[in-house]
Formats: sequence, structure tokens, C-alpha cells
Amino acid sequence: MAEYLILIYEDENAYATASPDVFQEVMEAHNRFAQQVGEKGGKLIAGNALQPTPTATTIRGDVVTDGPFVETKEALGGYYLIDARDLDHALDIAKLCPARFGGVEVRPIMVFPQG
Amino acid sequence: MSAAGVNPEPGPDGGQADSGAGPGDESAAAVADAHRREWAFVLAATARVAGDIDLAEECVQDAYVAALDVWSRQGVPRNPGAWLTTAARRRAIDALRRDRTLRGKLPLLIEPVAPVAGSSPPPAPAGEDDVIPDDRLRLVFTCCHPALAREAQVALTLRLVCGLTTTEIAQAFLVPEPTMAARVTRAKKKISAARIAYRVPGAAELPDRLDAVLTVVHLLYTTGHMAPAGENVVRGDLVERAIDLARMLRSLMPDEREVRGLLALLLLTDARRATRADADGRLLLLADQDRSRWDRAAIAEGLALVPGALRGGRPGRFALQAAIAALHAEAPSYAETDWRQIVQLYDVLLAAWPSPVVMLNRAVALALAEGPEAGLAQIQELERDGRLAGYRYLPAAKADLLRRLGRREEAAQAYRAAMALTENSAERDFLGRRIAETGGRPGPGNGGG
Repeated sequence: MAEYLILIYEDENAYATASPDVFQEVMEAHNRFAQQVGEKGGKLIAGNALQPTPTATTIRGDVVTDGPFVETKEALGGYYLIDARDLDHALDIAKLCPARFGGVEVRPIMVFPQG
Repeated sequence: MSAAGVNPEPGPDGGQADSGAGPGDESAAAVADAHRREWAFVLAATARVAGDIDLAEECVQDAYVAALDVWSRQGVPRNPGAWLTTAARRRAIDALRRDRTLRGKLPLLIEPVAPVAGSSPPPAPAGEDDVIPDDRLRLVFTCCHPALAREAQVALTLRLVCGLTTTEIAQAFLVPEPTMAARVTRAKKKISAARIAYRVPGAAELPDRLDAVLTVVHLLYTTGHMAPAGENVVRGDLVERAIDLARMLRSLMPDEREVRGLLALLLLTDARRATRADADGRLLLLADQDRSRWDRAAIAEGLALVPGALRGGRPGRFALQAAIAALHAEAPSYAETDWRQIVQLYDVLLAAWPSPVVMLNRAVALALAEGPEAGLAQIQELERDGRLAGYRYLPAAKADLLRRLGRREEAAQAYRAAMALTENSAERDFLGRRIAETGGRPGPGNGGG
């Protein structure tokens, strides 16, 4: 097994204007996803939603600025850290990850050789 | 193309000057032949033992170099592939014993049991002197994994499955060598870092994954069939590699209809290779080709594959293209081609594969079935659609219909637009002649839009 990070990129505006029903659906979808990871034979190690990018603060060198590192239409809004057998398995799981206003990126966690 | 790194044949301007054919030549030819035929098998089997693609490549390379020496002294073994595989696997095992740090590297993911029951044969035991399992499909599917960019899939397939050097691949795709080297390195790194498994996909994923493999082979063929730049109409080396790959896939997956369809398509198209240029290397279109010189053996082989590719469910895009190629191959002349049936096949193909290139080809066939106006209307619609902007065959096809309608000035303008989009000198020459015929000035592609 290896660890993969599923990064969820979505349009923040879509959430800003979404109805309570939509929020409810999204929450349910994420709860369902947390279950499905195990059913698919993977393991959910961690996961969090992030506050939207206006709350972000960026530091380059020692200059502190307001806002996210890169300004994009679809911003990083949350992540899951999972355990999967291989990339196909991780993709299989990530396909179930809710991201109705965008998509997800799957990145293998780097393993440093020991000793 | 020469055998990667072990080209045993002296170049045209050098090499052994003294003797003619000798035992050395015979063994060198055997090594070259084994490189062409056995590379994929030897590398695929060695990768399983080495657990690392780079190490496996190195060991296989060494085994071929050793073969040059040993075979010239002891004769060519009865089964060159088995000899090479054993030699390469032994080297891999030795290297792993010598250098334990290799094991610390991110390993190639070798033996995950297929998740879908019955989707692929169970992995054979990797014991040393048993029958060596045929891992070529694992190698192919790994090279063409969808997590790799198409251009990386193509480069890896040529490098790992066909055994071409990075230099050769760079030349084939007219890319600077460092660019190609970086592309290959990045792709290999992704395979190990992201843990792309070394396996044949399960039944559920197989159709999509196989389509990617077939697309790569087809892309190799089309790049060779009509080189986007350079001197020659056809790059025989790429075309032959693509056909070799299609044959290999057919032998490994005999029941896959699209594999059959692809091989048929390549054979039927390639049967015309010798007639696609005249004695001076000038491009000849289908209408002007000498059909008596088409390769009848290739046509017969291709035709025999088509029914099986079409039968047994909805035919796929390669089977349908093969069926169209078959109608061309069977037609006694351009005029006597069954254009109506070709249009119908394009309709089915469009349903299976709604691509603007297919629409363009359909429009050309329609022009022959129902007259140039009908085809032209379709092409103009495609032009407005915009998806084929920059595709040189759209203005070229449009120009041809305008020419047949006697609209010479518009035709010349469209020919110039096509000219501005190609760097292939045979094509440029052809378009230049057409521009002259329609009364325009060739000009350096100034009619582009």
C-alpha cells in the first residue's frame, strides 16, 4: 500500500451561491465517500475541507501577502489522504470523491529512503 | 532503424573492410534479428526480476552486447529469445545482490493479483528456470497507462516495447534529443513514483485501456504514413514498427476485435505504400495510384481479418476504418469504388467515434458519391465549426472540390492555406503543383487563414 493525496479543486463561487440543499447533498456525498474508501479496499487516513481562498495568506521569502499562492478559477478547497495499492486503485477511489464544481488531482506521497 | 546500441552491421561508410560473409556476420545478423523480434519479450521478463525499468533495460542491453560476442564464438543458440532472457535476468539478479541500495529505490510494482477474477491469467511463478512468463502485455499496458501523456506513451512504447534508442525516437518525431530524453525519464519516474502497476488491466477497465494502446500504435503508424515534416512521404521505419506492434498484440490478444481491426487497417493502408509516391518521390493521391502495384499479400491478410473484427457486437472504430480501407482495396479503380457504402460506413463510424476528422473524410466520400457540391457544403460547415483549424487536410480537401467545380481562384487560395500548414516537402511539392494548375502563384504559404 502507498499513500496518495486527493486534492479537491472547485469553483468557490459556486459554493458561495449554493442553496442549503446543495450543501446538504455535498456533505452527504462526502460522508458516503469516507465509507466507500474502505469498501474499495483502501484506507482513509485523513481529510479536511479548507476555508475559502479569501482567508488564505501567502508568504514568499519574508513577504506576507493576502490571498492564495496562485489565483485560479478552481481553487484547492479540501483534501483526503488515502492508502491504496497502486495508482489504478487510488484513481478508482478518487473517481468517487465528490467535486461537483470542479475535479480532483491525485498525487503520490513521496517516500524517502531510510537510513 | 538500427538495433538500439548494439547495431552489429557496419555503417555504409565504415566497418570491416576485409571479409564478406563469415560466422561473425551471421551471428551479428541473428542479434539484429533477435533485437527486432525478441526485445519486448526479453525486457518484459527481465523487468519482473529487476523490479526496476532502468535496471532491466541496462541488463537487456548488456545481454545483447554479450550475445554479439558469445554467438560469434559458439554459434547462434536454438532459441535466441530464451538465451537473451536468461542472460538478462541473471544480470539483474547479480546487480540486485551486489547493490542492495537498488532495493531501496521505488520499485516497479510487479505482482499485484488482478482485482477482477478471471480477467487475466494468473501470474506464473517467477522461478528462475521455469518457462519464462510472457509479460509483454504488462509492458505494453504500463507504457500506455492513461496517467501518462499521450506523447510519453508513444515514446515509452518505442523505447521499451520496440527497443529504439532515445536518439532514434527523437529523430522519428523531429524532436530535439534532450527533449525526448527528458520525456522518457519523466515518464519512467512517474511509473515508479505514482506506482503505476506492471499488469494487464482487469476486465472492467480493459476496453478503455486497450483503446489507449491501439491509439498509440495507430499514431505511430500515421506519423510514419504521412510524416508531418521531412523529405519522404512515408517513414518506413515507423510504419513497420507499428505493424509489428499490431501483429504482436494480435498474437497476445487473439480474441480482441479491435486489435484485429487495427491490424487489418494498417495492413490494408500499408498495401498502397509503394504507390503513394512516383519515381521522383512526388506524392500520388489514391485516384492516381497504380493499383496493380498494391501489395496483394498484405491486402489478402487484411481482408481476412475484417469480418472477424466487425462481427460479434457493435464494431469499434478500428474495425470500421478497416472495413472502409477494405472497400478501397477491393475496388478495381477509383471511379468504380463503392463510395455510397463508404459513406454509410463513415456514418456508423461517426456514431462510434464522433471526430471532426471522420466528418472530413465522410465529406470527401460524399463528394464522390453525390457530387462535389454535397461534399463542399459539409466541409464548409466543418470549417465554421473550427475544431479542425490548423489541420492541413481540411483546406486541401476543400481546394480539391473547388478545383473540380471549376472555382479555380478559390481553389488556389485553399491550396495555399494547406501549404502553409505542412512542412513535409513531398506534400508541399504536390500542393505547389496544384496551385500552379489552378493558375495561382505558389507563394510561401501566404494564403493561410
